[in-house]
Amino acid sequence: MQIPVEGFMYPNEVELQWSVLIVLYPFITGLVAGAFILASLERVFRVRAVKPTYRLALLTALAFLLVAPLPLQLHLGHPERSFEMYLTPHRSSAMAMFGFVYLWYLMAVLLLEIWLDYRRDIVLKAQSTSGLTRVVYRALTLGSSNISDRSLSIDDRVGYVITLIGIPSAFLLHGYVGFIFGSVKANPWWSSPLMPIVFIFSAMVSGIAAVMLLYMASTKLRGKEIDIRCVDVIAQYLFYTFVIDFSLEMVDLLQRIYEADESFRSLDFMVHTRLWTSQVIIQILLGTVTPIVMLGLTQVVKMSEAARKRIYAIAGSLTVVGIFAMRWNVVIGGQLFSKSFLGYTTYKMGFATREGLLTAIVLMLLPFAILWVLVKLLPPWPDATSHASGTAPAHGTT
Amino acid sequence: MFKDTEHLIRLAAVLILAVVAFVALRAAVVPKSFGQYGHYRANAIGEIAARPVAHAGHEVCEGCHTDVVDQKKLGRHIVVPCEACHGAQAKHTDDPATIKPPKLDTAVVCSRCHEANSAKPKAFPQVVTADHAQGLACDTCHQPHRPKIEENKTEEAAASKPAVKSATGGKK
Amino acid sequence: MEITRRRLLVLLPAAAVAWKYIQAGTPEASPNYKLSEHWWGMLIDIPKCIGCGSCVRACSAENDVPDGYFRTWIERYHVPDWAIERPEVESPNGGKDGFPPNQSTGKNFFVPKLCNHCADSPCTQVCPVGATFVSPDGVVLVDKNYCLGCRYCVQACPYGCRFINPKTNTAEKCTLCYHRITKGLTTACAEVCPTGARQLADLKNPSDPIHEFLKTHSVQVLKPHMATGAKVFYNGMDGSVR
Repeated sequence: MQIPVEGFMYPNEVELQWSVLIVLYPFITGLVAGAFILASLERVFRVRAVKPTYRLALLTALAFLLVAPLPLQLHLGHPERSFEMYLTPHRSSAMAMFGFVYLWYLMAVLLLEIWLDYRRDIVLKAQSTSGLTRVVYRALTLGSSNISDRSLSIDDRVGYVITLIGIPSAFLLHGYVGFIFGSVKANPWWSSPLMPIVFIFSAMVSGIAAVMLLYMASTKLRGKEIDIRCVDVIAQYLFYTFVIDFSLEMVDLLQRIYEADESFRSLDFMVHTRLWTSQVIIQILLGTVTPIVMLGLTQVVKMSEAARKRIYAIAGSLTVVGIFAMRWNVVIGGQLFSKSFLGYTTYKMGFATREGLLTAIVLMLLPFAILWVLVKLLPPWPDATSHASGTAPAHGTT
Repeated sequence: MFKDTEHLIRLAAVLILAVVAFVALRAAVVPKSFGQYGHYRANAIGEIAARPVAHAGHEVCEGCHTDVVDQKKLGRHIVVPCEACHGAQAKHTDDPATIKPPKLDTAVVCSRCHEANSAKPKAFPQVVTADHAQGLACDTCHQPHRPKIEENKTEEAAASKPAVKSATGGKK
Repeated sequence: MEITRRRLLVLLPAAAVAWKYIQAGTPEASPNYKLSEHWWGMLIDIPKCIGCGSCVRACSAENDVPDGYFRTWIERYHVPDWAIERPEVESPNGGKDGFPPNQSTGKNFFVPKLCNHCADSPCTQVCPVGATFVSPDGVVLVDKNYCLGCRYCVQACPYGCRFINPKTNTAEKCTLCYHRITKGLTTACAEVCPTGARQLADLKNPSDPIHEFLKTHSVQVLKPHMATGAKVFYNGMDGSVR
């Protein structure tokens, strides 16, 4: 397959190394980190209004985190050797260290927090269901059926500490992904100390938007009333986080334009040609400026609930698309130009191939399938738990 | 009190078990030579060094082909290693009777060095093949191991380098 | 000892096996080669390069390099007047078949490129598992039995010298003909170069001609601002070279 090249590229650079699957990976881990931060807003920062989304956010994070390694496995030349990263991790490699950050985050933070928050429900379900489901719930109880008030309050305190640790862990998770790119001195499109920060903030934006959309969609599907105060507050956090994210990206851009170092001419040309649609139109105009303006409007103009919900839905969707475009522009954009700064290549994305578009689509749909299973197993709805009326406790719900 | 934290203790036990299992797995699976010189499998060095060589080197060729050496000594091509034109011949030197190098197409081989290109050093002999050879293969007139054509010439033709933009070259 | 025919029948194969052992053994096992006694690099003399592509072909034959990928390649530069930051560069099939006739005026020259076997190699820094490494004798190698094919090293190399071999799905690049230099031979590219533009250099060997050459010539490495500790030295390299 002949790849069209403009100008000069080193001969080995013509074919792109990292495909759309590697675009998916930071996008998915970003959703995870962002969803978790939203959950922690309530848990640690006591923003009561977003409570209805607490458990949903955690399950969303888990669903996406479970899918996250899949695009990587499909991309590797030797996926059967991937465990080497845990056996002989190279300490100077951000990718190797990320394997442990991922594992830490998944095991010590997310799974633990979900387990502690749901433990009461799990124990009750283990006692009330039968057949295979009962086996699953019983396994999840780890053999302990103690849900006394005291044990639950211990859970609560431990859970609080976990979330506390979880916040920097979430930043570490996605900041590391940013560092994986930002530390590559060979690539001026990537190499930047701002990369981890930009990735963290864009992750928060995408995660918050995703949970907001999921909450609105699932509530609608269940025929229930959307808690408008909840989405109002979420939208507010989304707005301010987005403003910070956009400012950071603009700072980076303005500095590059002003300093105009040796790579600038080449990168500038690339943005104006090959990346015009994905960067300027989709990422910046449609995916960032439009949602910011829309959300900003809701902050200053009085609107009806219905109008606000519509704006949140549109702005949220545009946001998610925009952040995906940002990942695309970073990963693919970073490979479209030559390190000689004298040429450009083209990304030929396959369709039904191992690293093709179809695979990417399936991988993006998979977390929703997993979320569906999780939601059946561990219902996150505020009104669906067994102790809706009752005595205190377990933190997570109404 | 212990009763109320039992579930956490069970969890801790599961985690510790997982860590122990991981450490045991690691000891069993990580290659033994890993870490000997640095963060890599030291045996890889030996594996890479054990690859068979494909180029014999001109001294080996010269061991048998003394007649060719004598020819080359008379001209400028003495500095050109045999395998630069003839390709990798270690297989041939290992088994000269059975494996023979293929005859070369001089129209292709010679032009790689001698096709006129302004990036080549000015003093280097180069011609625009299309004008110079006019469709003929180079070995029609030149002996590749001793390429300079001694006889024939007028003084100009003998002295002039077959340089860039030569028209007909005055060859017979 | 009288050499009878029977003894010869035993001696010859024994000698052949011994020779094979010396040729194909590990460096440590090979009695002549000690890792700590060498620090490999290369010298490229740009004014001597005629862009014939013999090195590219030789490398390809010596190392089974797949078509379309290059462990070494040649670039042709054309620098228009003072536009030193905007050279016109081409490398048709890596220079493997030489270069087509070209009469352009101005400044033109060839630059052979290969892995620079960096002492502070950014590619080995990013490898997540330790599949690529700097050997004790200064050669950056890839352990193809350990490489995952994640391609991080290909991204991290500032010189574009790495690629993924489509047959093994592992990272690959110039090995400085490690299998040759550990047997006292030179690299395939230096072996066939008709003008001596490429020379293997053992920086740890006090009698290697590189030391005198470095003292008496102006040499550069590629992309010095990357501080990679590159060990391929270019004599007579123009400032326009990328």
